[in-house]
Amino acid sequence: MTGSDPAPYRQAMLDEWYPVGLVSQLDRAGRHTALMGEPIVVAGDADGRPIVTGGNGRILPVKVRYGHVWSSVGAPTKDIFPIPEADQPGRRFVDVGVVRVRCSPLRAVENFLDIAHFPFVHTDVLGAEPHTEVLNYTAEIRPDVDEVWATQVKFYQPQASKSASGGITTEYMYRVPAPTCSVLYKTCPPRPSEWDVITLFVQPLAEDRCDVWPWMALFDDETSMTDLIHFQQMIFLQDRSILENQIPRLLPLDPGMEIPTRADLTSIAYRRWLKRHNFTYGAQLVAR
Amino acid sequence: MKLYDYILSPSCYKVRLMAALAGATLDLRAVDFHPGGEHRGPELLSLNPGGSIPILVDGDLILTESAAILVYLAAKAAPEWLGRASAEDAAREQQWLSFSGRLTTSLGGARLHEMLLRPGDLAALQAAGIAALRELEAGLVEQRLRGRNFLVSDRPTVADIACFPYVALAPDGGVSLDPYPAIRLWSRALRALPGFIEMPGIHRLHELKPEPNLEQSEV
Repeated sequence: MTGSDPAPYRQAMLDEWYPVGLVSQLDRAGRHTALMGEPIVVAGDADGRPIVTGGNGRILPVKVRYGHVWSSVGAPTKDIFPIPEADQPGRRFVDVGVVRVRCSPLRAVENFLDIAHFPFVHTDVLGAEPHTEVLNYTAEIRPDVDEVWATQVKFYQPQASKSASGGITTEYMYRVPAPTCSVLYKTCPPRPSEWDVITLFVQPLAEDRCDVWPWMALFDDETSMTDLIHFQQMIFLQDRSILENQIPRLLPLDPGMEIPTRADLTSIAYRRWLKRHNFTYGAQLVAR
Repeated sequence: MKLYDYILSPSCYKVRLMAALAGATLDLRAVDFHPGGEHRGPELLSLNPGGSIPILVDGDLILTESAAILVYLAAKAAPEWLGRASAEDAAREQQWLSFSGRLTTSLGGARLHEMLLRPGDLAALQAAGIAALRELEAGLVEQRLRGRNFLVSDRPTVADIACFPYVALAPDGGVSLDPYPAIRLWSRALRALPGFIEMPGIHRLHELKPEPNLEQSEV
């Protein structure tokens, strides 16, 4: 597969921006990786500027944002989605680092949007039995920004973040501004008027393989950077073994494979939005 | 006792698990192994020129081999975890402690490659891991025939703790545990121990659900 692959189901996602590396780890030798099936190299030049080279030596589009290098095997027409909090003074920005997962990039995002699994997968951290009920919340595709949003999500959490001491009811907002990226806004214990920002940036290596780059913008002056990284790595690695065992590997977009419940409103909106835009790289369609 | 620790390291988890089971308290110092590579930095290299973690510091004593750390914790806080009732037991314990190093390089290497993108020959690491799992499976079956449920005796010892984490996390490196029933039983027995703690990828045993109510016609 190369960037000129004419398959229509891939075309829609080709022109999107994807994370391909950490700015802080750019070097001359380069990171040899892949983007949507095409081998790419992400390197830094003598001045530390990123250069991304595609399979046949062509130079790919490149941008630097949110601690990461972004690239595309197509020709992006839009800028990378905005995260206004990334420019807010006083926040600490956390590069959590890459984790590879044998799953569809879309499944990695969908799992991030799910709260019902907290008590069972992130036991005693993001959830605990018997507090397993997902209270009613709102999920929608916002037409003005063309993004998926879930709001008024509330959940009881024994240890909502590294800085939380004791259980609290945490409020969440989820946002999907790009097919393989999600931004989570979460109650910020040290500063109740603000939201902590936790993102999941997913690099699609192939339809059933991805590199996941979590990133955070937090108000937390107490916790060491290493502890912040480890807290998020612990959470994500609890998900990884679950993600690698989901069947089918690709995310089903057509009804019939799975029966959603009310708690899955965000997932349903995400799948509907993917389908509407023909964002089906990593998806399973009945027609395919 | 200060442990230089990484939440995702199975070797560090061995030490945390042993301490939890033995009732010992550790002062944890988080090391930015990934993505920071802090274990290769000057501060940690001065403690352990080998550049690996865990490192346990207790007064003048600096230990950098996880098997030695397990033995130290057990000898200090819970000597019943040392399987030294006979010459055979002592030898078996030492045998499996050394064997655990093979699990680290094979299954652990495959896991680091598949998960954190460390370099390595994945097929060779997985093949070596499968060979080690087959040996462990045979060892556990032989122990069962001797009436013993664990690697050294009829109760768990440091040898079981040394081998358990990399085995339980084999699927992270693309190696299935489905073909090894004795390993799965052993893993279940270890996870059921009072005081057991988990790590990401090793889940606690959730309470068994009650028998589903079968329709009379299905009974």
